[in-house]
Amino acid sequence: MALELYLDLLSQPCRAIYIFAKKNRIPFELRTVELLKGQHLSDAFAQVNPLKKVPALKDGDFTLTESVAILLYLTRKYKVPDHWYPQDLQACARVDEYLAWQHTALRRSCLRALWHKVMLPVFLGEPVSPEMLATTLAELDVSLELLEGKFLQNKAFLTGPQVSLADLVAITELMHPVGAGCRVFEGRPKLAAWRQRVEAAVGEALFREAHEVILKAKDSPPADPTIKQKLMPGVLAMIQ
Amino acid sequence: MVLELYLDLLSQPCRAVYIFAMKNRIPFELRTVELLKGHLLSREFSQINILQKVPTLKDGDFILTESAAILIYLSLQYQTADHWYPSELRARVRVHEYLGWHADCIRGTFGVPLWTQVLAPLIGIHVTEEKVERNKAAMARALQQLEDKFLGYWDFLNSQQVTLADIMALEELMQPVALGWDLFEGRPKLAAWRERVEAFLGTDLCQETRGRILNILEQAANKTVPQPVPEVYPYMLFRISRIP
Repeated sequence: MALELYLDLLSQPCRAIYIFAKKNRIPFELRTVELLKGQHLSDAFAQVNPLKKVPALKDGDFTLTESVAILLYLTRKYKVPDHWYPQDLQACARVDEYLAWQHTALRRSCLRALWHKVMLPVFLGEPVSPEMLATTLAELDVSLELLEGKFLQNKAFLTGPQVSLADLVAITELMHPVGAGCRVFEGRPKLAAWRQRVEAAVGEALFREAHEVILKAKDSPPADPTIKQKLMPGVLAMIQ
Repeated sequence: MVLELYLDLLSQPCRAVYIFAMKNRIPFELRTVELLKGHLLSREFSQINILQKVPTLKDGDFILTESAAILIYLSLQYQTADHWYPSELRARVRVHEYLGWHADCIRGTFGVPLWTQVLAPLIGIHVTEEKVERNKAAMARALQQLEDKFLGYWDFLNSQQVTLADIMALEELMQPVALGWDLFEGRPKLAAWRERVEAFLGTDLCQETRGRILNILEQAANKTVPQPVPEVYPYMLFRISRIP
């Protein structure tokens, strides 16, 4: 039975898993779960993940959710190059540290930036006050400062001289505000140079392919009222 | 050089790290960093952790932040019993699956009552009823998922044996419990899980670790919670503003 990955490339952790699996030539069957159509809320998908969230992995009768857990599973099961998640204890701890930090800091800022700037007003037709948007963008700035100052510093990649899961998870997050039209790399030459290195490490064609959906998010047609009603509770819980 | 742990036992992830180190007899020096006394923002501490967050670990010149990363590091470095962070791949990623969900749904939710009931009033801030209610609903939702999805038919979270996930989860839940919330009422499965975790850790260790948080209501009533130093006001205001 082939490995199945339930993803929507609109979601940033899904993009990280997609790029990781493709880059490392891990054979999988892509099961697309379209979030904007509410497919994650279907009964069929609840069988895979009762929490109704993507990404999810199915490997025979083993089902796994949560992006970091999925990335670690793929890393070890398919014996990918060590630099992704090093065996060396301290190097590995650096990756774990970044992955834990991003979950409560950068992740939140990037998600809110996309929803407050684009998805709520354009897709769902819900106005966002200028004050709210300003707070969200200021918070994003603080997270970006920390990403550059605390994690990247003067290294080539976030946790050392080689690309790791931390970089992949970070860049796919940052493409969320980029998709919303935020200029996250402007005035941040170190971060911009790091982005080039990460793109080169995973391959530019693959990077572009994985980000096609998010870079078109600005042009989403408005949701129809039934879809909006279906999605609103989850959206509010996610961005509050 | 001995291992140093920078902790404030009022903080739930700090308690998880403390309990883990004590239970596994990992030798360490405790460096207490008290938020209300401004230690977190002091120059000495910022030199160790520019994020100004606890817990922080210092092992020689290796400095590590983030409770999940610290617990994993300790379990591997000190080769603690395998059940804490299993070497078998599927069991191991089950721990990470829990920790990922925890970061989204537990962390940031169960810490709120301490802020609304004790810390915000210390600096004269009243958190709106609307936010308190929203937090209550978020806690109820998270407890249901914790019970259904992660405890399920297991004895411990995602596992038949105690893991890092259990101590991370239980210390979060203790935060509202210390403030008088009976989270386990009407949830016998979750209550039995708590008993199993505490029986494994030992009552004395649990009590020693939680002494300060369990006394916090009484201290607040007697007005013996230390008055925050002015330097921490902006930090506290920021934390309060983040309550959804």
